[in-house]
Amino acid sequence: MRVDYYLYLSAVLFTIGAVGVLVRRNAIVVFMCVELMLNAVNLSLVTFARLNGSLDGQIIAFFVMVVAAAEVVVGLAIIMSIFRSRRSASVDDANLLKY
Amino acid sequence: MTSTVLAAASSGAPATMHEAVLFWLLAPIAVAAAIGLVVARSAVHAAMMLAAVMMCLAAFYTAENAPFLAVVQVVVYTGAVLMLFLFVLMLIGVDSTESLMETLRGQRVAAGVIGLAFSILLLAAIDGGIASFHPKGVVSAEAGKGNVAAIAQLLFSRYVFAFEATSALLITAGLGAMVLAHRERTSARQTQQERMQERASRGGAAIAPLPGPGVYADHDAIDTPALLPDGTIAALSVPSYLQVSSAQPRREDPELGA
Amino acid sequence: MYSALHAVTYAKSTGVFDLTFLLVLFPAASAAVLLLGGRRTDRWGHLLGCAAPLASFVIGVIEFFALISRDGGQSRQLDQHLWTWVPVAGFHANVNVLLDPLSITFVLLITGVGSLIHIYSVGYMEHDPDRRRFFGELNLFVAAMLLLVLADNYLLLYVGWEGVGLASYLLIGFWSHKPSAAVAAKKAFLVNRVGDVGLSIAIMLMFATFGTFSFSGVFTAVHGPGVRSGTMLAIGLMLLLGACGKSAQAPLQSWLLDAMEGPTPVSALIHAATMVTAGVYLVARSGAIYDVSPHARLAVEIVGAVTLTMGAIIGCAHDDIKKVLAASTMSQIGYMMLAVGLGPGVYAIGIMHLLTHGFFKANMFLGAGSVMHGNNDEVNMRRYGGLRKLMPVTFVTFGFGYLAIIGIIPFSGFFSKDKIIESALDKGGATGDLFGAVAIAGAGLTAFYMTRLMIMTFFGVKRWPRDVHPHESPKIMLIPMAILAAGSLLAGYLLVLGGSLQHFLTPSVGSSIEQGAHTISPWVLSVITLAVVLGGVAAAWWLVGRKPVPAEPPTHVTLATKAARRSLLGDDINESIFMHPGAYLTRALVFFDNRGVDGMVNGLAALVGGSSARLRRTQTGFVRSYALSMLAGALAIAVSLLLVRVG
Repeated sequence: MRVDYYLYLSAVLFTIGAVGVLVRRNAIVVFMCVELMLNAVNLSLVTFARLNGSLDGQIIAFFVMVVAAAEVVVGLAIIMSIFRSRRSASVDDANLLKY
Repeated sequence: MTSTVLAAASSGAPATMHEAVLFWLLAPIAVAAAIGLVVARSAVHAAMMLAAVMMCLAAFYTAENAPFLAVVQVVVYTGAVLMLFLFVLMLIGVDSTESLMETLRGQRVAAGVIGLAFSILLLAAIDGGIASFHPKGVVSAEAGKGNVAAIAQLLFSRYVFAFEATSALLITAGLGAMVLAHRERTSARQTQQERMQERASRGGAAIAPLPGPGVYADHDAIDTPALLPDGTIAALSVPSYLQVSSAQPRREDPELGA
Repeated sequence: MYSALHAVTYAKSTGVFDLTFLLVLFPAASAAVLLLGGRRTDRWGHLLGCAAPLASFVIGVIEFFALISRDGGQSRQLDQHLWTWVPVAGFHANVNVLLDPLSITFVLLITGVGSLIHIYSVGYMEHDPDRRRFFGELNLFVAAMLLLVLADNYLLLYVGWEGVGLASYLLIGFWSHKPSAAVAAKKAFLVNRVGDVGLSIAIMLMFATFGTFSFSGVFTAVHGPGVRSGTMLAIGLMLLLGACGKSAQAPLQSWLLDAMEGPTPVSALIHAATMVTAGVYLVARSGAIYDVSPHARLAVEIVGAVTLTMGAIIGCAHDDIKKVLAASTMSQIGYMMLAVGLGPGVYAIGIMHLLTHGFFKANMFLGAGSVMHGNNDEVNMRRYGGLRKLMPVTFVTFGFGYLAIIGIIPFSGFFSKDKIIESALDKGGATGDLFGAVAIAGAGLTAFYMTRLMIMTFFGVKRWPRDVHPHESPKIMLIPMAILAAGSLLAGYLLVLGGSLQHFLTPSVGSSIEQGAHTISPWVLSVITLAVVLGGVAAAWWLVGRKPVPAEPPTHVTLATKAARRSLLGDDINESIFMHPGAYLTRALVFFDNRGVDGMVNGLAALVGGSSARLRRTQTGFVRSYALSMLAGALAIAVSLLLVRVG
């Protein structure tokens, strides 16, 4: 098998995640889809590290995980406070900022 | 299996047979789980699907000579982050299943078309860019120190500023979450005396504690209402979120019944 | 005329001549006190206002006698340096006052006649609540005029020039609650601006050409090599434009008749002592410039001749006593312009006419004021008639002025006007003959309209309304009139006697060389002129005096009369040439601004706004739509990157 299959898998997972962000309305599920995309990218990074024979890709993947953790914390807190005031976790309901 | 995979990975860059088996076993599961994540009605199911994908990825990391990342993936991602997701899900209502009817006109079609185009583009780009690339493997980069030690050395030397920056980011994010989740008290806390006075002002039986369930009843289950001295049901004895049990007191009290 | 080397220098002032600056300072200080002091100066304001020009007059007389006690020539031109005004490299403006025969002549006229008018005003303005302000502005007028005639350079002269314009604006619009007065003041100011622009351009030209604007510097430099005649012509014409504005000469004459909206003493001051004489002064002072530019000189003559005719014709048609007098001023200033245009030797005669005119015109204006004072401020001569019995002093003094202006032999006007006619004819050639003829005809017309004025005002039957009770004016008004009447009679002798004025003025304006031979003997000419004048008087009696004066002006008259009644269409010409095209231009610009410029700007704004209104519909507020756009954008960027790489 070839190493670049990981990349194909990563691309497929990324696209599925992106489509999920576009079609799901529950904010938490949307967030999960974002996480899926991040994970797909991480897979690519790890594979690139292997291809390049350097650990930098793994380091970057590590940083991506850290940032993803921070993002999840803040994002979920935002979802919480929106839910508190609007009793809804749908991203379509938070549409006041418009024309 | 893990040991074979590890052995295969440590040997060098090209993928071995073991790795191929692992890949072809787990990749379909990962894709299926990802699709499941997108189409699942329940958010809890979606979270489970995501967990599956993450576990698969952890396995791939091991195969790709990244044991540190594999462990972090399992502990931090699947363990902490996903648990946080589930925690919030529980907090805002598990059973709020989402209607899968699309409300934005053309959104789903457009997402499908663009997603398809995007994946084709990505696949084509990978195909065109990587095909002739000979993988080197990371083992040489570890310089015999092992993966964790090598990563640690890089992290605390070349990437130390980025590392410190992410620590600051994490603290900020934690603070931000606290601020966002914090609810300001708008009125002074009621003292015990005030609560008592309020209760007394309502009058009636509210002054005394509510009757406990199961008093004079056949059962002592929590949904069995208490009976008043005249044999009628005391509705207040059952918490409002419970159905009052249909079980009526069956035993006739001889004194009362007379 | 000037010294052989053409160098013009002035001696430094000493002794009593160091007081020259006081001439300006007294009225200026008085004006400052009265205008800034407010109501607390109301009680004694008119006294201070009279004292200031009187003090100046006393100093003027002292300096005059000191001046004639000196030798002739340059020693009579005394320059007093006060301070350096603008000490910039290459641009030196000094505040210097120059006392020479020309300026002392004007000083005496301004302060002398001015003082009499001030005294007269005490009575005339007695019931006006703003009398103090009136005196303040009169003093300002006198101060500005004195600065104008005493300046030793054109820049300082310009200061006085503008000061005169300002003071005339304030005084003509003194009764600014009357819309007509406010409009007249504005008109006078605006028309004067046109002339002022001419003067300022002339000063700039002088500085650009000679690098100086002091009298001595310019008058020396005009004879220098390399001075082009075109430049001199331009300077001359621009100076003439300035003179036309201040002196109400054609084509800038239209403000003078409207200026009658001011109180009568103001009219007297404007017409006799200040303001309108400034133009004549300017041309006479700038004689050195006109000497080297014959064409500019010819322009001055033409302006003078045209204006003297126009003024006389306008004077024949008006029924407003002040407007008739104003038209006669125009006409008389025209004589003076003609005289100063005729060149070396005739300047002095122009100044002489200016002096005699100062006396008799002030006299007549004060007389007219007296008549109005006694007739409830009525100015229409058709409402007078037979006033000689009720206002005998006014009649007699006015009569002196009348005889002087038409040039009957013992009165001052005869001497000065005859000289001008004589000089015009002496010029020779076609133009000389033409100007002489015009001047003689003007004398006839003058006789006609002044006689008409006299007949309609003082003779005939009474025509005033029942509720008007004409009465003689108080003594404080009559005494100045009497003094001026005496001046009207005697000034001629004093000035002409042995050519004294001409000799006196020689250092300033050049000696009175007789030009060419007399084409007609002066005696014969005097007889002809007198005959024409008497003809005019007779015609006036024939047309006006024989029959009763109708209360309303006849309507069936010739076109010429109608034009004359409209001041020879001066206003109509201005309106049709300048005002209406200007208004149309403004309207067109406003239209262009509203539709063109604003339209373009507004259209652009509407375009941006409209497209924004459509664009903002894409801001649906749905986060998923935005995410879709982002993904599409990422796709587009990736595709284009790949294309670039592959291509």
